Amino acid sequence: MTVAGILRAAAAAALLLAGSAAGPLAHASGPALDAARAGPCVEDPKLMRRSHPDFLKHGRDDTVRKGIRGIRHSLAACVDCHASRADGRVLGSERHFCQGCHDYAAVKVDCFDCHASTARPAATAAAPATGGAR
Amino acid sequence: MNPVDQRRRDFLGKAAVAAGAMIAPGVILYDYAHAKQGAEPVSGKVRWGMLIDTTKCASGCRECVDACNRENGLPGSTRPTDSQWIRKVDLKDLKSGKAVSLPVMCQHCAEPPCVDVCPTGASFKREDGIVLVDRHTCIGCRYCMMACPYKARSFVHEPTTGQKPDVPRGKGCVESCTLCVHKVDRGGTPSCVEACAAAGHGAIVFGDLNDPASEISKRVRAATTTQLRADLRTDNGVRYQGL
Repeated sequence: MTVAGILRAAAAAALLLAGSAAGPLAHASGPALDAARAGPCVEDPKLMRRSHPDFLKHGRDDTVRKGIRGIRHSLAACVDCHASRADGRVLGSERHFCQGCHDYAAVKVDCFDCHASTARPAATAAAPATGGAR
Repeated sequence: MNPVDQRRRDFLGKAAVAAGAMIAPGVILYDYAHAKQGAEPVSGKVRWGMLIDTTKCASGCRECVDACNRENGLPGSTRPTDSQWIRKVDLKDLKSGKAVSLPVMCQHCAEPPCVDVCPTGASFKREDGIVLVDRHTCIGCRYCMMACPYKARSFVHEPTTGQKPDVPRGKGCVESCTLCVHKVDRGGTPSCVEACAAAGHGAIVFGDLNDPASEISKRVRAATTTQLRADLRTDNGVRYQGL
């Protein structure tokens, strides 16, 4: 396992622990995130927290190299669902989905140096009302 | 139930099974032929290409360039460090005075020099002939830019903002015309082709060079077309008519 892999696993473990422990500290319950679209994720949230980098890495090769579109683990689809209801983004503040969690876990998120961090217009238009992002 | 009813039932049941057996393969083939595009890996049976009729291409018209910039979220400025996926080139034969105008972009070679020189495998040719950069593995060394005979590739020098969801692009990678691969995978045509047709020129035909029934194949068979720098034997997917 690479150093990055160990760090990632540690961060994921910390998140899982934080999620289960109801400590007195405000951050013990995980980062507070803006509300996003309702509905189930493509995988179990626990699995996604730990393994979403692997899913994305596998899917990107299918799309870029083999031209398979609309894959199950597509970054654009992640953004569509998890974008903040307020401004349609997953980056910008610690309340935004990707940045909030990555700041909390102290893991750099490089995806959006190149990829769009805003939901596609069709996705925002069809977004139903929701309770919470997580 | 009387014996006649029972025989009728048996007959109808068998007839239904037989009819199903006869129709099912057709239905399966129909499904296969009309499968949602983009759900399967691209196939080497297809060779995407373009035919550009320079006699219809107007000097000074930049519709294809502008459409490309809009579709792919390019800034559209032309400083030496800016990305340009298509350039309009005006040529004039000094002896005869014959002038032509043509767009030049990635020629999507069958034997792409950019792929040969790439040290990481980021520059690659898809099964269907589209030459791309996998930005996940591109280290920005720019060997491919030096190898390309058509000056088709650009390096992204500055941080990017406002990328399109279908066209990720960022600082430190080389990029070029993708033949609007995100649209082609969904059954569409490249934006430059659509813009050229919408402007009333219709100078660009896009299609499958391997399919003898496609419009581009018929045109290539009927008229004299040339590949740029054919002497390099890169076997370009982009062809020009009237050069």
